[in-house]
Amino acid sequence: MSTLIENYDIVVVGAGHAGCEAALACSRLGLETIIFTVSVESIALMPCNPNIGGSSKGHLVREIDALGGEMGKNIDKTFIQSKMLNKSKGPAVHSLRAQADKAEYSKSMRMVLENTDHLTIKQAEVTEIVVEDGIIRGVKTFSGAIYNCKAVVLCTGTYLSSRCLYGEVINYTGPNGLQAANYLSDSLKKNGIEMFRFKTGTPARIDKRSIDFSKMEEQFGDEKVVPFSFDTKPQEVQIEQESCWLTYTNEKTHEIIKDNLDRSPIYAGIIEGTGPRYCPSIEDKVVKFADKSRHQVFLEPEGLYTNEMYVGGMSSSLPEDVQYKMYRSVSGLENAKIVKNGYAIEYDCINARQLNPTLEFKHIKGLFSGGQFNGSSGYEEAAAQGLIAGINAALNVLGKEMIVIDRSQAYIGVLIDDLVTKENREPYRMMTSRAEYRLLLRQDNAIFRLAGIGNKVGLVNDEKYKHILELEKKIKEEIERLENTFVGTSDEVLELLDKYESTPLNSGTDLAELIKRPELSYDVIAPIDKNREILDEKITEQVNIQIKYEGYIKRQLKQVEQFKKIEKKKIPENFDFNQINGLRIEAKQKLNLFKPVSIGQASRISGVTPADISVLLVFMEQLRNRNQ
Amino acid sequence: MNHDTIAAIATAMSNSGIGIVRISGEDAIPIVDKVFKSIKNDKKLANMQTHTIHYGYILDEEELIDEVMVLIMKGPNSYTKEDTVEIDCHGGILVVQRVLETVIKNGARCAEPGEFTKRAFLNGRIDLSQAEAVIDVINSKNKFALKNSLNQLKGSIHEEIIRIREILIYHIAFIESALDDPEHISLDGYNNQLVEVLDQVLDKLTVMLKKADDGKLLKEGIKTVIIGKPNVGKSSLLNYLVGEEKAIVTNIAGTTRDIIEENININGVSLNIIDTAGIRETEDIVEKIGVEKSIRYANDADLIIYVVDSSTYLDENDEQIFKLLKDRKAIILLNKIDLDMLTTKKMIEEKTDNVVIPVSVKENDGIDSLGETIKNMFFHGKIEFNDEVYITNVRQKNLIKGAFESLKLVKNSVLDEMPEDFYSIDLMDAYEQLGQVIGEAVEDDLVNQIFSKFCMGK
Repeated sequence: MSTLIENYDIVVVGAGHAGCEAALACSRLGLETIIFTVSVESIALMPCNPNIGGSSKGHLVREIDALGGEMGKNIDKTFIQSKMLNKSKGPAVHSLRAQADKAEYSKSMRMVLENTDHLTIKQAEVTEIVVEDGIIRGVKTFSGAIYNCKAVVLCTGTYLSSRCLYGEVINYTGPNGLQAANYLSDSLKKNGIEMFRFKTGTPARIDKRSIDFSKMEEQFGDEKVVPFSFDTKPQEVQIEQESCWLTYTNEKTHEIIKDNLDRSPIYAGIIEGTGPRYCPSIEDKVVKFADKSRHQVFLEPEGLYTNEMYVGGMSSSLPEDVQYKMYRSVSGLENAKIVKNGYAIEYDCINARQLNPTLEFKHIKGLFSGGQFNGSSGYEEAAAQGLIAGINAALNVLGKEMIVIDRSQAYIGVLIDDLVTKENREPYRMMTSRAEYRLLLRQDNAIFRLAGIGNKVGLVNDEKYKHILELEKKIKEEIERLENTFVGTSDEVLELLDKYESTPLNSGTDLAELIKRPELSYDVIAPIDKNREILDEKITEQVNIQIKYEGYIKRQLKQVEQFKKIEKKKIPENFDFNQINGLRIEAKQKLNLFKPVSIGQASRISGVTPADISVLLVFMEQLRNRNQ
Repeated sequence: MNHDTIAAIATAMSNSGIGIVRISGEDAIPIVDKVFKSIKNDKKLANMQTHTIHYGYILDEEELIDEVMVLIMKGPNSYTKEDTVEIDCHGGILVVQRVLETVIKNGARCAEPGEFTKRAFLNGRIDLSQAEAVIDVINSKNKFALKNSLNQLKGSIHEEIIRIREILIYHIAFIESALDDPEHISLDGYNNQLVEVLDQVLDKLTVMLKKADDGKLLKEGIKTVIIGKPNVGKSSLLNYLVGEEKAIVTNIAGTTRDIIEENININGVSLNIIDTAGIRETEDIVEKIGVEKSIRYANDADLIIYVVDSSTYLDENDEQIFKLLKDRKAIILLNKIDLDMLTTKKMIEEKTDNVVIPVSVKENDGIDSLGETIKNMFFHGKIEFNDEVYITNVRQKNLIKGAFESLKLVKNSVLDEMPEDFYSIDLMDAYEQLGQVIGEAVEDDLVNQIFSKFCMGK
């Protein structure tokens, strides 16, 4: 029997948020790339919440954008409401979140893919990976076709051997009733890849016409919208926005849930996968936080041309009849008509400690993976990994050095390091508290942190990068100018201070010192800053933040210096830690399991003590000298 | 390679009360310059030649700590190949510890166990074939330090730190939940509550630091065991030394059935003093356990104080105790000399080489010379114990101080109306440092706490 045989540089399996970024990165770097999806209609599908961004996730989107990814641009084109969260708090935790028109988001991303050179879209289910001598050679599809290639990026999301559950009902499908991928898991296992089973869930979608919004609080978007992408012009995103609506569960809702817990597949023990604690189903909330008499529920539009509303805060896998009762007990949802039931979804994913921080498998060269397949959750987490996996697959094929973004450079670095270094027992979600250097990793400076890497890789063109360097230079100059511009105790200065209830000056001071005062800012002191040029907002924002939080920023920079020192000390590939006699047994076991690539990574593995690290340092030094 | 500057006590503290504080690293010389004043106040160590010795004083700000000799060795001609300064102190253990603390206050950090050796190795000073030996040093020192930091910390302090950490992590988790999910969790009005909590914790840490200054944080000091037959006045002696009623004193033999432990300071020497049940042949099960324990403690002790009742005759039980004292550092207190003397100093001296001091605890007669004797024995090197204990103490005290400072920063941030996300950075610092005091690493504490205590969105 003859089979179809095709040749590509890179194969990307899956066209969700990770797969799209991976495929775009590879093809934009000039490599012949093919992206597989079980359905072209599901490209960049948002099967759960209808928004992009949010606390720490907004940071990820900005970082993806800075590196030359697509997510930020795509949401800027298709959002219907936008909000900067945490605006009253410090700049490090400001986070942009936009409601998406889901259908538009998906369509727009598909158009980008379709119009990118070197990129082929293929609707087919990949069933096998082909590996020879520990090197990836290609993939096989359900029809038996073979696609030879030099690198594969797996971005299978929640589709691997997935099943959806509500109550006693089980559908063996991927999200939203889409076809599951039922064969690839076996092939991966045969190739020595260790798999996990995770679960997550989604709430019902309710017909807008059946909702009584008069009983709910309207939630508006920001008056002045800020785009995600550095390339999007601010005036382009000042659109008319849709509203979201806030209501609450009540004692009755909780009673209905408690009375039917035995019919929940999770509490009845039907679900084996581990679910995320940060994204609890309403069942979980009612059980775990029994003292709370109500929980918030957000009704969010799924798009402009659909009546479906997403019921944020009430994800559930209770049986259909209970879901009806439960949702209808909520104020404003008394007559709710459910378009789609809520459900829990179980799927196969990998234990990510099998990956290097480049997202390449340690034991299969040329095989990369990203997204929910790696044990994360969330569109943004997926896209971030997809981008890095794609970039590295491409660099690898091009024979160039792959990139690793570390914890001091980006949330993306924190995300990947956590995934490959820690024991993840639930789908991993990004949080600002996971970033130890978060004052440095702000969403406002993502472009300055990462454009250099994007340029080096080849996804950010020289012209744009030059412009960014120019901005950086101006920021520095402006800060210096402010530090060297002195004002005295003139009436004008004192009046300004008085206006903002700021302590009057006794003697002269520089303007930077004034900006540091909590009640003042760069903008506020403009009237007493006589020689100020009118500068781009991208510059003045940085100037203000960098001056205001200088002390904290300096402290974190110092910590980063320490961090980099041991991060730079590499451990050879396939190193056997058993040969170090002085290591404790627990440390040896953990190190052999995780096979860290650097002493820094080793130090973050749980169960490895500072004394073990000292021993490791000594041994590595000996090894290094012996090899010289 | 390693640019930060480390310091530790480099000698076992036994030998005659002389101790060396060793400082190594880029800033070793500038740091010592900050605290050293030469005899004529005319020298700057930075200007001195390598391998020279200088005579002068160590000052903690205005306060004179000790008269010292300072030895300068510039890298690479030193053990670690880094700039190294050794301060020879003369004023005894507490003073050596103060010198170390002063150096740390001025910018050095407490060396990790085995860190000098590690640096010597990493800087190429030690032959590479000796890597295994270096690893052994690190391991054994670390084991000792670990054992010490856990064993030495008083139970009550340990519990207090655990309680404080629980409070801190709860508040960090609350702030972080609110940052993560601002639409579900609000920080409105939270500042006042936080300041209240901070004040309480700061007070607790202040008390703890005070205890650390008085040496009451650790069960440190020369492990001293009081033994003797029942009812010879062991508990009275302890109570006298401690200055309060800790042990129950009755005239019924065998009253002390448990072991009572106290930290005291006699003439500048710190004793970790243990009162034991009287040693005698006994059938009472509970008392028997007590007696066996006493013997075990005595075998473990750095110093034994053997109390004899001069108003009774020596008997078999005493004979047994004398056997216990063989080759041990001991002081024999001949108590109750205010009563009729049936056993004399001379009679005891025939049975042992140890010092015999006649006293009356009840009449407060002769006890001063007990203090003198202990001090002399100690400074003449007759009592020994491991230096890690003191280093551990300094290390832990520094960590608590660090936590205190971090929490003060939080309070300042609140008062300065900094945004809330800045609080958790310093709160976490404090949490981590206190964790190190009790030997606990920070793993996923925060994330776990966030998920278990606060109901998050979506």
